Amino acid sequence: MSKETDNILTIENLKTYFQVGKVKGKTVHVRAVDGVSLSIKKGEVMGLVGESGSGKSTLAYTVMGMYPPTEGKITFKGEDISAGSSRRPLDVKKDMQIVFQDPGSSLNPHQNIKQILELPLKVHGIVKKEEMEKRVTQILRTVELSPAYMYKTPGSMGGGERQMISIARALATDPSFVILDEPTSALDVSIQAKIINMLLRLQEKNNLTYLFITHDLSLMRNIATRVAIMYLGKICEMASTHEFFETPYHPYTKMLLSSIPVVSVEEEKLRPEKVTSTGEIPSPTNIPTGCSFHLRCPNKMDLCTYDDPVMTEVTPGHYVRCHLYNKEEAGDAV
Amino acid sequence: MGNHILDIRDLYVWYRTYEGYSKVLDGVDFNVNKGEKVGLVGEAGCGKTTTMRSVLGILPEGQFHIPKGEILYHGENILKMKPQELHKIRSEGMSMIFQEPSAALNPVFTIGSQIFDVIKYSGEGNSAGSRSKNKEKIREKAIQAIREVYIPDPERILECYPNQLSGGMKQRICIAMAIVTERELLIADEPGTSLDVTIQDQVHRLLRDLVDKKGMSLVMITHSLGVAREMTDRIYVMYAGNIVEIADTKELFANPLHPYTLGLLASVPKLTGGGVTEGIYGQIPDYLNPPKGCRFYPRCDRADHSCQQEKPPLRDMGDGHYTACFKV
Amino acid sequence: MDAKIQRTEIIVPSPAARLKEGFRKNWYKFSRNKLSIAGLVIVLSIIVVAILAPYVAPYPKHAGKFVDYVNANQGPSAAHFFGTDNFGRDVLSRIIFAFRGALLMGIMVLAIAVPVGVFFGLLAGYYQGSFLDTFIMRITDIFLSVPPLLLALAIAAVLEPNLTNAMIAVTVMWWPWYTRLVYGMATSLKNEYFVTSAELVGAGRFHILFREILPNCLSPIFTKMALDVGWVILIGASLSFVGLGEQPPTPALGQMVSDGTRYMPDLWWMTVYPSLAIAVIILGFNMLGDGIRDMMSKGEHDRG
Repeated sequence: MSKETDNILTIENLKTYFQVGKVKGKTVHVRAVDGVSLSIKKGEVMGLVGESGSGKSTLAYTVMGMYPPTEGKITFKGEDISAGSSRRPLDVKKDMQIVFQDPGSSLNPHQNIKQILELPLKVHGIVKKEEMEKRVTQILRTVELSPAYMYKTPGSMGGGERQMISIARALATDPSFVILDEPTSALDVSIQAKIINMLLRLQEKNNLTYLFITHDLSLMRNIATRVAIMYLGKICEMASTHEFFETPYHPYTKMLLSSIPVVSVEEEKLRPEKVTSTGEIPSPTNIPTGCSFHLRCPNKMDLCTYDDPVMTEVTPGHYVRCHLYNKEEAGDAV
Repeated sequence: MGNHILDIRDLYVWYRTYEGYSKVLDGVDFNVNKGEKVGLVGEAGCGKTTTMRSVLGILPEGQFHIPKGEILYHGENILKMKPQELHKIRSEGMSMIFQEPSAALNPVFTIGSQIFDVIKYSGEGNSAGSRSKNKEKIREKAIQAIREVYIPDPERILECYPNQLSGGMKQRICIAMAIVTERELLIADEPGTSLDVTIQDQVHRLLRDLVDKKGMSLVMITHSLGVAREMTDRIYVMYAGNIVEIADTKELFANPLHPYTLGLLASVPKLTGGGVTEGIYGQIPDYLNPPKGCRFYPRCDRADHSCQQEKPPLRDMGDGHYTACFKV
Repeated sequence: MDAKIQRTEIIVPSPAARLKEGFRKNWYKFSRNKLSIAGLVIVLSIIVVAILAPYVAPYPKHAGKFVDYVNANQGPSAAHFFGTDNFGRDVLSRIIFAFRGALLMGIMVLAIAVPVGVFFGLLAGYYQGSFLDTFIMRITDIFLSVPPLLLALAIAAVLEPNLTNAMIAVTVMWWPWYTRLVYGMATSLKNEYFVTSAELVGAGRFHILFREILPNCLSPIFTKMALDVGWVILIGASLSFVGLGEQPPTPALGQMVSDGTRYMPDLWWMTVYPSLAIAVIILGFNMLGDGIRDMMSKGEHDRG
C-alpha cells in the first residue's frame, strides 16, 4: 500500500474478531474483519462496498473505536489510535466523526434538535453558553435546514431531514475525517440525491475526507474517488473509481455489477456480461477455506479451494485479491 | 371488463387518526391483465402497499375507511364480498409475498407444516382418497414447490425452522408458498428489498421465471425503477395516493412524461457516472391535509395555479401511455 | 396563470402551540377509554376531598380523640351517612381523613422507591456484564424473591408501628421492581446508535445515563407508577389492618376495617364502608393507570 505522507488514515492488517461461543471446547469466532489494509488520502471519498455480513460496518466501527481491534494497527494523522474509543484523546474524537445508517435510531427521540446539536459543542467546549444558539443556527444552515428546526423533535421530521441532522451533528466539531455508514440507504432516491449533493458540497467547502460505506455500487460510481469492495471480512478489489467500473477484475465485482438493476440502456452496456449470481454469502463464523469466494465463483480453480490469494497490484493503483491475476500462468485468463 | 383479472376503479382509502382522516389513496385506477407483469412504483409512503392490502382485505381492522371506489376481481367487487368469499379468493386466487420474509414465516412452525397448511387451505389438499394418501400428495406438492425455487435438498428443508435459513432462502420459501397451489395473481411487495444485491437479483429472476412459466399475473410493488424495469411489462407510477403515470415498461423509460417520473429517474444514481442530480424538492405531503388539486404541485417545477386548483385526470397520450399532468 | 407557485418555508409551531397540540393528542388517547375518565374523576375527587378534609368532613373533630357514647353504634342515617362507630364517631368523616394517610403513603413510597430503583436500574443496565451489574441485580433478585407483604410485615414489625415506618417498609420492598423495569430497557437502549453517538463524541457518563437513556425510559416508568399507586395503598391498608400502620385515634382505612370486624355483623357499616373506600381508591388509580398507559403507548398511526 502507498505510504505517502498525505494519508489521513492508514489501516494495517486490521482484524476484528468476535467471540460467539464455544463448540467442543474451542472458541468460535466471527471473523468480521479479517486482515484489511487500507489507506485513505486527504480529501478523498473512499467508497467501501460490500453486502451484509461483509464486515464493512465492523471495519468502520473499529476505526471509530467502538470495538477494540483483535490485531493490526490504525494510524490517524500519524497517531496510533488502535485503542478503543474510551482511551482515545478527546481531540481525536473531535477530528473523526461518523454518520450512522438509521436516522431513526441515531437521534434520541426524547431530545429536540437543539439539544442534539449542542452535545458535541458542549463536550468539546467549542462555544460559550451564550453563543450556543447562534452556533446551532449556523450548523443547521450548513446542512441547509431552517433554524426553525431547532425546537423540533426527530419524531416529527422525515427520514431525510433526520439524516441531515445526523450529518450536522457529525460536522459540529469541525472534523477532518467522516465515516458515512450507509447514510442514504434507508431513504428514498429523491431524498438520497439531495443528501448526497449536500455531502459533496460540504466536503468541498470544509475540506473533508470521507469513508463512504454502502452496498450501492451505482452510487459509488457517482461520488467516490476510489472504491474498495469487501467480501467476508477481506478486501477483494480496490481501484480508482474509473478503473474499477471500466475494468473490473475480481469475479465478485463482476457478479455485483451485473446484479444491479439499472434504468437505462447505456447503463446496461456498462455492466459486465451477465455473471449469474449463484449461491449465498456463507456465515462469517464458518468462512470457507482458501479463497472465501470460491463457493460462488464462476472462475473457480482447484487452487482456490485451499489457497487464499494475496492482494496484488495488477495495474498501478488497482489491487485485486484473486488467483486469476496473481499467478503468472493464469495471467491471461481475464 | 375484458381480460382484467384485477381492476381497481377510483379507489379511496383513508386511515383514521386522532387528528382526523389521513387521506392516503386518492382515486387509484389500476388493472392487471391475465399473464401480465405489472409494476407499481413509488417512494415510501405513497400508498402502494395500502393499495395492495386493500385488494387482499388486510388493512388494519377498524382503522380505515373506504369512502369510494371498487376493486373488481374477475368483475366482482371485493369490497362488497362476504368474509367467506374473500377468504376463498385469498386462499385460491391470489397470494402475496412480503418484503420481510422473516416476518412472513411463523418462527415456531417448520417450513414444511407452513407449506402444508397453504395447500390444505387452498382446497387442493382435500381431494378424495384416504387421509394418508392425501398427506403424501400434499408433501409431494410441497417438495415440488421447493424444487421449483431452486433450493437443494427439499426433504431436509421441510423439517427446518425459519431461523435456520438465510434471508434469501426464506424469501424463496415465501415464493414457494405463493406458487405451491394454482394461483392466477401474485402480489409481491418489495420481495428483494431486504436482501443483498446479488441475492435480490437471484430472487427477482426466480420470481420472474416462475410467473412466466406458470402463466400467472404479477403485481410487483417496488420503490426502485431499476427493479421495475427488469421485472415488468407495464408500470404504474404512484405518488401520494395518485397514479401519475401508466405506460409499458419500454415506453416509460424511453419517454417518461410526468414531472415526478422524470424527477425520480433523474435521482437514481447511474452506473454510467456523471454525478447525482439534486433530487426532488420537498417531501411527500401530509395526508391529513393533502394539497388541493394535483398532489405533486408543491414539489413540481412546472406547477402553476391551475395545478393548485384542480386535480389533473389521467390523460391518454397514445399507445396506452397515460399521465396525470396538465403541463405535459 | 403562468405564475410559478411560491414555495413556502416550513413553519414550525410555537412552543405554546406544540404544548397544546401534545395535550390534545394525549387527551385523545387517554379519553378513548371511558373508564380512564372515570378513574381520573375518582382520583381527583379523592385528592380534593382529602386535602379539604377539615372543611368537607361533616364532623372534622371525629378524626381525633373524640368520644360520644350517646350517638355510638348508629346505623347510616341523614346525620351520619355511613353511621357511627363504637365511640360514636362519624364513619364518613373518619374515612375522609383516612384518605390523607392513604394518599400520603402512595405518593411518598413512590417518590422514594422510584428514583432509587430507576437509578440502580440505569447503572446496572448501562454497565451490563460488569461487577456492578451483578451486584445490583442479585440484590434486587433477593428482594424480589421474598413475598412482598411478608417483607413489609417483617420490617414494619421490627420498627415502631406508625405511618412513617409503614412507608419505609413498603418503600424497601418497592424499589426493586423499578430496578428490574429500567434495567431491561437500559440494556437495550445502550446499544442504540444515539447512545453510541454520544459516547463517540466523548460525552460523560452522567450525560449518557440521565440525558440519553433515562428520557427514553420515562413512559413505562410513569405508566407503572400510575398503576402502582393503588397497590401501594392496598399494601398500606393491609399493614394498618394488622396494626402496623397509623395508630389510633388517627384514622386509617385498614385499621378501621380491622376495628369494625369485631362488631360484625351487627355494626356492618363500620367494616363495609371503609372496605368500599379502599376498593374505590384502588379501582380509581387502576383505571387512571390504564388510561395513562394508553396515553403513553405509541399508536399505530401515531405521528411524532
